[in-house]
Amino acid sequence: MSVASVAHAAAERVARESYGKLLAYVASRSGDLATAEDALADAFAAALERWPRQGLPDAPEAWLLVAARRRVIDGARRERRFERVRDALEAASPDVAFDQPDGDAIEDPRLAMMFACAHPAIAESVRGPLLLQVALGFDAARIASVFLVAPSAMSQRLVRAKRKIVATKIPLRVPPPEQRAERLDAVLAAIYATFVQGWDDPANVDPRVRGFVGEALWLGRFVVDLFPDEPEALGLVALMLHADARAGARRDANGDYVPLDAQDPTRWNATAIAEAEALIARAASFKRIGRFQIEAAIQSVHAQRRFGRKPNDVAILALYDALYALTRSPVVALNRAVSVGRVGGPAAGLAALDAIEATVDLRDYQPYWAARADLLARAGDRAAAQAAFARALGLTVDPAVRRYLSMQMTTR
Amino acid sequence: MQYMFQLFADESQFAKLPEAELHQLFGAYAAYTDAIKEAGVFVAGDPLQPTTTATCVTVAADGKTNVLDGPYPDIKEQLGGYYIVEVNDLDAAISWAARCPGASHGTIEIRPIMSM
Repeated sequence: MSVASVAHAAAERVARESYGKLLAYVASRSGDLATAEDALADAFAAALERWPRQGLPDAPEAWLLVAARRRVIDGARRERRFERVRDALEAASPDVAFDQPDGDAIEDPRLAMMFACAHPAIAESVRGPLLLQVALGFDAARIASVFLVAPSAMSQRLVRAKRKIVATKIPLRVPPPEQRAERLDAVLAAIYATFVQGWDDPANVDPRVRGFVGEALWLGRFVVDLFPDEPEALGLVALMLHADARAGARRDANGDYVPLDAQDPTRWNATAIAEAEALIARAASFKRIGRFQIEAAIQSVHAQRRFGRKPNDVAILALYDALYALTRSPVVALNRAVSVGRVGGPAAGLAALDAIEATVDLRDYQPYWAARADLLARAGDRAAAQAAFARALGLTVDPAVRRYLSMQMTTR
Repeated sequence: MQYMFQLFADESQFAKLPEAELHQLFGAYAAYTDAIKEAGVFVAGDPLQPTTTATCVTVAADGKTNVLDGPYPDIKEQLGGYYIVEVNDLDAAISWAARCPGASHGTIEIRPIMSM
């Protein structure tokens, strides 16, 4: 390997492993993420230019941190704003040790940044994307592709969110214990949002639209490492692990869609499932139930198939009852209706479906029509089932799922 | 706000599709069009006949007319159809375009229609 490519490889490795941490340190005093991002980007560029010539520094992270902070100072000097210069000088002060937290007893400044990204003042739909950009360094275009939003629009929303953090002085700080549970919920929800968006590409192989499943898992595990006694964080990671464990089974050898019931459990990732189960057990020991733990428990019951057992539909329904009571979400009500259909028969399932109060418009929600079609087909109402399958088909994004629904239409 | 979806795809690929797959594709388009109509956002939409049926007309500054066989830009993917939808914003337009079968075997260009 040439010296240049060694330097590149080192810079890339530091970028992936430490980007968020470095950004948090650079931004910690001023609360200005955008300026910190620019300074860090310049520092990386300088690294790629200097390291091949001067050799790799002993502590690449520290090198980048100092370089970025210097640029923040230079920027502040150019603007001649005393406050910024003072803050930047404090930030670069040598007695701020690399491991020294800012006030609170936190070990990693990325966590503070993640709480800022999920702050109530930040628009809910932007929290997940902001997390991805700020904690993991992804660019707006890549995030936009996965969230099905125009890149320019995503870019604008991220810029606005970062400006809001500065303008309204959202603190880059882990919230105090009395707010922690609620604020942590928001962080977990944002991580889950990034996980779900990647889900339409289950094999995670299409480089054009690769989702953020791996990244969501990383963020979830990161929170668990820092909050090992928060059962909802454990529940979230368990939920994601269970879902991801089945990624390899969701497509057959021809690339066709395989629904959960028809999946071959031997193609599930046993290690991931084992880790998920351990997390669920540990979460339960804290006796503080929450939505992610319940969702993980539902996944756990489904995963019983790996022991050759049919999933316990009654248990699943009970869990959905609890989840609905907690969240009152129409999507949960939908999944619950499917569960009712398994326990009480298709007519009961259809009745449960009809009873859903559509606070969110389910009219254009593909899973609603797919569920309805399946129940109607099982109830023997072929004409209505056909219409529902067609509606679901027309709302489907994934061509493999379209083929599957098309097949269902001809055979049921 | 109205948007036009221009559906670009490689025509030659359709000629190669087996009968069953072609049938499935038409079914998918029919289902998609119905879904757009049910959602109340459909304004217009049609498939176009292949580019072998296209004719191009230009009129020069001196009034001389020029008529040519074939499509206008000679590109790998040709315009095969269009939809016009009425939705609240670009996000909604993108969401619908992603569901169009044309998006999975070609590219859909979304453009807002100028309001006069």
